[in-house]
Amino acid sequence: MLKPFKFIAAALALALAGPLAAQDGEPQAGGTLNVVIQPEPPGLMLGIVQNGPTQMVAGDIYESLLRYDSDLKPEGQLAESWEISEDGLTYTFKLRDGVTFHDGEPFTSEDVKFTMDVFLRETNPRTRTYMDRVESIDTPDDLTVVFNLQQPFGPFIGIFEQGTAPMIPKHIYEGTDFANNPANNTPIGTGPFKFGEWVKGSYIHLVKNEDYYMEGKPYVDEVYYHVIPDAASRAVAYETGKVDVLPGGSVENFDVPRIRELENTCITDKGWEYFGPLSWIWVNENNKPLDDVKVRQAMMHALDRNFAKDALWNGLGKVATGPLSSSTRFYAGDTPDIGYDPVKARGLLEESSYNGETIRLLGLPYGETWQRWAEAVKQNLTEIGMNVELVPSDVAGWNQKVADRDFDLAFTYLYQYGDPALGVSRTYMSTNAEPGSPWNNVSNYQNPETDKMFDEAALMASPDDRMAAYKTIQDMIVSDVPNLWLLELGFPTIYRCNIKNPVNTALGVNDGFRDVWIDRN
Amino acid sequence: MKEFWKRFRYNRGAVIGLVILALVIATAIAAPFLFPQSPWKMVQRPFLPPFTDDTLWLGTDALGRDVLSGLAHGAYVSLLVGLVSTIVALAIGVPVGALAGYFVGRTDDILMRLTEFFQTIPSFALAIVLLAIFQPSLTYVIIAIAVVSWPPVARLVRGEVLSLRTREFVEAATLSGLGNDQIILRHVLPNALPAIVVLASLMVAQAILLESSLSFLGLGDPNIMSWGYMIGAARTVIRTAWWLSFLPGMAILLTVLALNLIGEGLNDALNPRLTRKSE
Repeated sequence: MLKPFKFIAAALALALAGPLAAQDGEPQAGGTLNVVIQPEPPGLMLGIVQNGPTQMVAGDIYESLLRYDSDLKPEGQLAESWEISEDGLTYTFKLRDGVTFHDGEPFTSEDVKFTMDVFLRETNPRTRTYMDRVESIDTPDDLTVVFNLQQPFGPFIGIFEQGTAPMIPKHIYEGTDFANNPANNTPIGTGPFKFGEWVKGSYIHLVKNEDYYMEGKPYVDEVYYHVIPDAASRAVAYETGKVDVLPGGSVENFDVPRIRELENTCITDKGWEYFGPLSWIWVNENNKPLDDVKVRQAMMHALDRNFAKDALWNGLGKVATGPLSSSTRFYAGDTPDIGYDPVKARGLLEESSYNGETIRLLGLPYGETWQRWAEAVKQNLTEIGMNVELVPSDVAGWNQKVADRDFDLAFTYLYQYGDPALGVSRTYMSTNAEPGSPWNNVSNYQNPETDKMFDEAALMASPDDRMAAYKTIQDMIVSDVPNLWLLELGFPTIYRCNIKNPVNTALGVNDGFRDVWIDRN
Repeated sequence: MKEFWKRFRYNRGAVIGLVILALVIATAIAAPFLFPQSPWKMVQRPFLPPFTDDTLWLGTDALGRDVLSGLAHGAYVSLLVGLVSTIVALAIGVPVGALAGYFVGRTDDILMRLTEFFQTIPSFALAIVLLAIFQPSLTYVIIAIAVVSWPPVARLVRGEVLSLRTREFVEAATLSGLGNDQIILRHVLPNALPAIVVLASLMVAQAILLESSLSFLGLGDPNIMSWGYMIGAARTVIRTAWWLSFLPGMAILLTVLALNLIGEGLNDALNPRLTRKSE
């Protein structure tokens, strides 16, 4: 089972510089970057703690072999070049020469092998499922790593980002109790910034890595991540100049239009392509009459998702067309229409087995936007003649109810990790429907045909074959409406326009501030 | 009765309070006819300011719902919660107080310790805990408010009964062979009634405030449009759409003020010997 890192909109922060931000002028060195971090991370050792805020801060400290541009195309990071064999079974990475960890020790292929084969296998369940497909890892020399797979696995090239595969120093961790190693408090990576100081409840201070292997980078001298627990105070902190970057989700959606009007303020909704956060409503197919496809289709057509996008998300994001986010690989746009059509919805509901039963709708307890959204959905469904009751809950209660399948409809959103085999199939495979987890096939969607095709598509070596398979899968799933897809969420990053390049990869601010510079002219 | 009305009228504030409350009650009763559509219905673009649309006098909220309709339907909820929870609180507090005051001794000790147990817990905190344990639904909101509101009733009734039980008419009733139940119900409690009525009117106001506070914190019934919910939902947008919290806030203020004024008027009318003569 893949473990989603589902963290409130709050989670991700600044990203690397990219083609989207204006590249005006020569980069200038120096300056301090002040960023909001929300909520305060539980730890910074990225191989062990995986929360959204951890990924954001630790993305400056740790690096992986690759990173991904906004089209999810791999770029070299610690790897200089890489090669995939014809049969899709052998992945060979050539590492950069002269890379050192923050404590001065050189980074070698032994560290890669230790990280992937030993450390992350033990600490990161998501990485473990990928590594189970690897037969062996060879290190012919200090700068070459070879992964030998048991079967072709197309998505494999997509797992080398800092959250899934952060490179861990072997000389510090080998043979120790990973989770309780005191070194976890002073994380050591290869990244552009080094850990400075962490004043709990106040800020995390990172300082420039003077020995960084990229000439001249990073440009900024230091980064402060400020912990500000209240959304309104975070907005004020930006207005008063205390912070310069508001990562996606750190202010309430209602505040975004006001803040974006401020002087010298830029906004981008890029930097989420890898995660492709997609929101939907779980439909509990164990409960009657929700097992009736007509009821589900009626509900789907009853939802005015454009209204939700405009009224609740200030027009940010996209109306979803099916189980894949449009930024995920193998997305097919031409699936059956699931748009807003209350007349059709009413007709479908009349033909269905729905008989005025009360449907319990569980909202997502992540703040005002989600609460209003649940109210809007309830109203949409009421208007086609359904009887809907909102069920209040807190985060723990939500997890419990969804894990126990104690709901009829429940809001959620999950990340897709760029590939349907990594982040989508887990939601629809009948083999992944055991109660007890709020992140698996919660709806209990059972379709042997799509099961089989998901299995096959993950193992196809040719991208064209995979595209054809996933297109069929998407058509079939959209016709069955196992879930009510809502929006591809847009979490805008807000920053001062003289801060250049805060977001330039598919992971946005999570990829660290390697390329950021501050224009002081 | 005529005498009562004359004394009540003497307090100008009380009359104003009565007029406001009558208006609120009328709104609550008329709401389903004036606004037959659900107050949750999204009718216009969100954040429409007041007095910009001929049919939506007070504009719309964050989801484009009619604010005036919400206020009208909210009046019903607020009054319902206020009244029912007060009745429930009286149903607990009056018997406890009456028994404790009439029988004194060990009964009094046990009942008063129980009352004090509830009194020592801050009532709002207790209400939050109760709602966190149960599902926040209208029924549980009413129960929670009643559970935290009855101790003052019990103490007041006990005090009244303690002083009444030694009066001659009670002794006369005892001599004439009436049982304790008859004496309490027919002779003691009716004489304690004025004090209870005054307290009850203030309790209704208190209950409305409590319900609003709970809804404001998101602990109200999410399926019911109440004033507290309206303020809670609008507080994040107070800088861009202040009227969304201001209007229901005024509604709560006026209703609670009206009830307090009426309580004072009732006090003047029902306890004439305590009335300030100078007015």
